Amino acid sequence: MTHPPTPELSHTATDDTRHRQHVAITTEGAVPGRPRVVACPDCDLLNRLPEKHEATLLCVRCGAVLYQHHPNSIDRSLALTVASLVLFLLSNSFPFLAMKSGGFIQETTLLTGIHELWKQELQGLAILVLLTCVLVPLAQMTGLLYILVPLKLGRRPAWHAARIFRLVQEVAPWGMMEVFMMGILVALVKLGHMATIVPGISVFSFGALIFVMAAAFSSLDPPLLWDHLDLRR
Amino acid sequence: MKVHAATARQLGLVSCHDCHLLIEKPLSHAHRRCPRCGAHLHPRKPNSLARTWALVCAAILFYIPANVLPMTITSALGTRQADTIISGVIYFMQSGSWEIAMVIFIASVFVPFVKLLILIFLLLSVRFRSAWRPKDRTSLYRLTELVGRWSMVDIYVVTILVALVKLGAIATIEAGPAAVYFAAVVVVTMFAAESFDPRLIWDVIEEDV
Repeated sequence: MTHPPTPELSHTATDDTRHRQHVAITTEGAVPGRPRVVACPDCDLLNRLPEKHEATLLCVRCGAVLYQHHPNSIDRSLALTVASLVLFLLSNSFPFLAMKSGGFIQETTLLTGIHELWKQELQGLAILVLLTCVLVPLAQMTGLLYILVPLKLGRRPAWHAARIFRLVQEVAPWGMMEVFMMGILVALVKLGHMATIVPGISVFSFGALIFVMAAAFSSLDPPLLWDHLDLRR
Repeated sequence: MKVHAATARQLGLVSCHDCHLLIEKPLSHAHRRCPRCGAHLHPRKPNSLARTWALVCAAILFYIPANVLPMTITSALGTRQADTIISGVIYFMQSGSWEIAMVIFIASVFVPFVKLLILIFLLLSVRFRSAWRPKDRTSLYRLTELVGRWSMVDIYVVTILVALVKLGAIATIEAGPAAVYFAAVVVVTMFAAESFDPRLIWDVIEEDV
């Protein structure tokens, strides 16, 4: 699957466009005296990155966030990713809701819920819930670990780490645990009319997981990671 | 801040979708990959308008059965009750749970509908080369990307109810056919938002100047 970079692709815009424009264009790691330029993903305008990476940079034309500084990015996101993996295991091993009605007690975990949908001939929905609430978040977390651990240990990037990171970023919109949490809350109130509902351990670990995972992702510094994971190295 | 007011396209550069590396425009588009991250390179998302239109039309088709057919079928003590999304909302309003009625109405009816309207508006504005408030239109696009996922709430509620409420003869809840259509609406509109390229909003303005 891997296509080696073709010769005309393997150098950046630096060399040729500099002669045509006053702006020297490079997105490579900080080269002293040479401003870094990035194209806005939302409107394509070229924006100059500041010399010191301390502030958040917005596109001057459309306001998209182009760059955010993240101190200790690798340490922080690694710690938060490990924490979210632990919470993820907790969330999937305990029931999140139990319903008491008369003599019955009905408990459900995320996986039994999905299994129940499957048994009701709703395989499509079962797969969708499995993907968005279990597999995608799991893939994101293990993917991040795979990328971050070698970087933290100062080793060479893991095999295909750049591709894995691309995948982690691409599946991100499909991880919907926070929406699922909202679903749990709605179901709690909805069933409150019918029976006694007891929130389980999993509800709390799920609640924590959402915040920890969001923090893990927002402490990532993609430009820094791309510099480290560069396929050309 | 002094910025050279040029776009990557005007300088013949391609910005990688995934890692945002700027690369000189490859000569042919086939099988060009980003040297840094290996992603396929294209100056704009491929066939953005056609793909988005197709997905928007599909979502509109799915939106109808999603709202007309029952979402849940509740059987309690011998009675069966089929609820559509709207009848569920009305039930909660009448029983006094305003918050729940609001959450379900906003997530399941309002958000998908407005999202489709915004996408159609953006598609038409690019089609007719509108120069009207490009910054606000770009913000609208970012909004549709952000809120679309929240429509999944109702699907998850159904999942939880189906899994939890199975007390044999006393009460069971089954997922109705609308659940599948509704899930399709959410997934298809997410793909539609993803395939729209907001840079087209700015391209037509630059070309017309």
